[in-house]
Parts: sequence; C-alpha cells; structure tokens
Amino acid sequence: MSELSVKHLLGIKYINENDINLIFKTADHFKEVINRSIKKVPSLRDITIANLFFENSTRTRLSFELAEKRLSADVVNFSASSSSLNKGETLIDTVNNILSMKVDMVVMRHSNPGASIFLSKHINASIINAGDGAHEHPTQALLDCYSIKEQFGEVAGKNILIVGDILHSRVALSNIFALKKLGANVKVCGPKTLIPKHISSLGVTVELNLKKALEWCDVANMLRVQNERMDISYFPTTREYTQQFGLNKKILDSLDKEIIVMHPGPINRGVEITSDVADSSQAIILNQVENGVAIRMAVLYLLASKLQRNEN
Amino acid sequence: MSQKVLLNATEVNIALHRLACQLIENHDTFSETVLIGIQPRGVFLAERIKLLLETTYKVKNIELGYLDITFYRDDFRRNEKTIKASSTNIDFIIENKKVVFVDDVLYTGRSIRAALTAIQTFGRPLEIELLTFIDRRFSRHLPIQPDYRGRQVDAINNEKVKVCWKENDGLDAVYLIKN
Repeated sequence: MSELSVKHLLGIKYINENDINLIFKTADHFKEVINRSIKKVPSLRDITIANLFFENSTRTRLSFELAEKRLSADVVNFSASSSSLNKGETLIDTVNNILSMKVDMVVMRHSNPGASIFLSKHINASIINAGDGAHEHPTQALLDCYSIKEQFGEVAGKNILIVGDILHSRVALSNIFALKKLGANVKVCGPKTLIPKHISSLGVTVELNLKKALEWCDVANMLRVQNERMDISYFPTTREYTQQFGLNKKILDSLDKEIIVMHPGPINRGVEITSDVADSSQAIILNQVENGVAIRMAVLYLLASKLQRNEN
Repeated sequence: MSQKVLLNATEVNIALHRLACQLIENHDTFSETVLIGIQPRGVFLAERIKLLLETTYKVKNIELGYLDITFYRDDFRRNEKTIKASSTNIDFIIENKKVVFVDDVLYTGRSIRAALTAIQTFGRPLEIELLTFIDRRFSRHLPIQPDYRGRQVDAINNEKVKVCWKENDGLDAVYLIKN
C-alpha cells in the first residue's frame, strides 16, 4: 500500500487501518527530515494551501502552517475574526472565493460538526479537517496514536484511557476511532454527565472511578474541560471536578506501574492535570507536539500526491 | 516480455573489484571521503563496495550513509501512484568531505539531480562524485555523467535494465528486459 484510500481527510471514521499505517510510515521519514539542520523539502512547491480557521486555535494552526512550509507549499491564512464572515457571507461563498485564487488544498477548522464533510461535497479541492465542532479532529488522533506507537512499538493490545469531557471532545471521538482501528483497548472516564449515553456502541468501556481506571491503563490521555461548548452546568464546581478526575502526582505514584500521560493541549494546569505531572518524565505532551508536525506533513504529502495535475 | 542477461555473477564481481580499485586510486584511505547509497536500490551496491573495500583491500573505517530522494524528486504528482519513501540515515558530518553517490542504474539523471538537492540539507560537501553500476548511454535528460561506471549499456526507452543482488534477489546479475 503506497496510497491513501481517500481524497480528503475528513475524519478517522472514513479511513482504514492501512491508511493509518501508511501515514505513520511516511511520518517516520518526515520526523527525520525535521530533525535535520535544514528542515525543508521541496515536494509541495507547486501547491497552494489555505488554512481556514473559523474557530480559535494555536497549536493546530501553527503545526499545520509549519508542516506546509516545511514541504515548500504556498500558504494563505484566514481567520474568522478578521474576515467578511461578519458581513454575512456564507461558508461556501467564502471558500469558493478563496478557491478562485487557485488553491489546491484546504485545512479547515469550524465550530459546526460536519462542516468539512459539507464542504467536500461542494468544492473541488482536497480538504483536511482540523477540527469540526464536537465531531472529529483526525490529525490529533493520528499524532496521539503515533506517539503511543513510538513509546511501545505498537498500539494493538495496549490499554488506553481517555479522561475528562468526552461529550464535547472531538479529540476523544477521533482517538476512539483510531485506537479501535489499530486494535487497542479503550476506556473512558469522567463525570457521568460528560460521557455520551451510547458510547459503548463504539466498543469502549466506561469507568467512573479514576483510580480504578488508571490501574487498568498503559496510557492516560487527559482532556480539557471544554467550558466554551457547555451551555448548561455538567458538574457542580471546577474544584470538585479536579478532586474526582484531576490527575496528580499522588494518585500517579500510588499505581503499581508507570503509565504514560498524554494531553492534546491546551492544558488547564491545576484542573485536569497538575503541573508536577504535566512536567514529569511520564508526560509526553511535548513529544506529541513534535510528532504533530511530522504527522501533518505526512497527511499533506499523501493527499497532495492524489491531486489531479492541471495539464496546460 | 523477454529478458537478456547483460552481466552474470562473475562479470558483476569483476566490475565490483574494478570499481573498488578505482575508488582507492582517487580516495586512498577514505579519511576525507564518504559513500552515500541512493535509496532504494543504490544501497545494495554501496554496501557491497564497502564490504569489498574493507575485506579485500583492507581499507578501514569507511563511512556509509543512505539518502532517500523521494521528497526532492521532480515528478511528484506526475506519476499515477504515490512514490513510497525510504529512510535516510546519515549519522556523520559531510561538510567539507568528498561525497561519492552510489546508485545502481544511471538513466535520465533525474534521481541524481534530486540527490544533489537532498544532500545539501546535510551541509556543503567539498566535492561530489557519482558511481553507477550501469550507465544507460544516450538516455540522459540532464547534463549528468558518472565518474565511475561498472558497464555502459545501450538500451532503448521501452527497455528496462535491472540490477539484481544476491542479498535481495537471490543472485548477482544484470538483465535487459524488453516489454
């Protein structure tokens, strides 16, 4: 297998295990490239990529932009706050206008679930979903799984725990899809109000006691509480959430094995994870960020190679 | 499809020895020289030459690296299929060294053009030479010629030259394949 089965990366749901492994293999090579003194390759020099961020982002946007630039693509950036969206332009109109400027690929983040799928049906460019509401965030899941693979050699058979706001988290959903496709065991843990009702239909188990869940797992992926997506109160106070589901040194030291701690960022220090854990040697949070660039380079490279070349 | 043997195992062996001797003539102890095998197929030849230099000709401490040129090629998106990358492994410094590129077949010269770009990301070599086992004459697209060649071959465009190595293909031989 040397080719992806899809034209767009809309979600992990739409790709298969071979695709994931091909992305990982390609990312290995890009990881070597970005550790050279000259970190740039000319592969995508005739490709223009638009980064459309209709929702705030620091890490993902920087990571994508860096990946694009290291592949020598031309990059145009767009952020909703400073755009004509405020003047009432629709999503399709905005994107079509950008595409008339001869853009080949679109990286998009949007607060509406399914926004990138909708777009892929209406425009003629390769689309990468950089997060659509509470739906999917495929490149984050890929880099998380890649980081797990880097630690253990493989993902299959490993026990992965996802803790926190599962209900509002696109990272959780994409991670569950990816981990299950790669053969890992997945458990989720969090306040009952933040765990979707039918989550077990995705093949994951639920544990409401953090200590018990941590004893089971090899890796704990700590998620942020997404206050901006909460229209009602899901737990009494942040303090109570931290007491029940916050990861601290004490609980980590009480386990009989050393587990790996992950976090997709941004971290709310002192809420879902304490500073001493986030900065400890067990945390691979910064490795995740480095791997993010390599994974995104791989995704861009593999999708770009499927673009139709304009013969002229 | 028909195939013709261009070189058999004995002839491959003779050519390898000659190439090794020519390298020694120009690079003596290899103290300032490094070998770079071009991925994927140049690696077998590079390893074979290194082994020969070390065992038969007693040259010590030859540095050998592998260079993948996939991301530097000029035919990205011009092929039907995605080109699969291989690993690059150069764990020594090439700055001010004499670099010898090693590849099995020199055809259009485009791979070597890509390799010349790729090697720049590792530093500025003093000079770069090219060793190729098979030099397909009259088929170059670019002004690139080898410094060392195992055998010169005249092949027309729809013919393919395949170099086989014992460690990968079961035996040493060079074939001319006609479609």
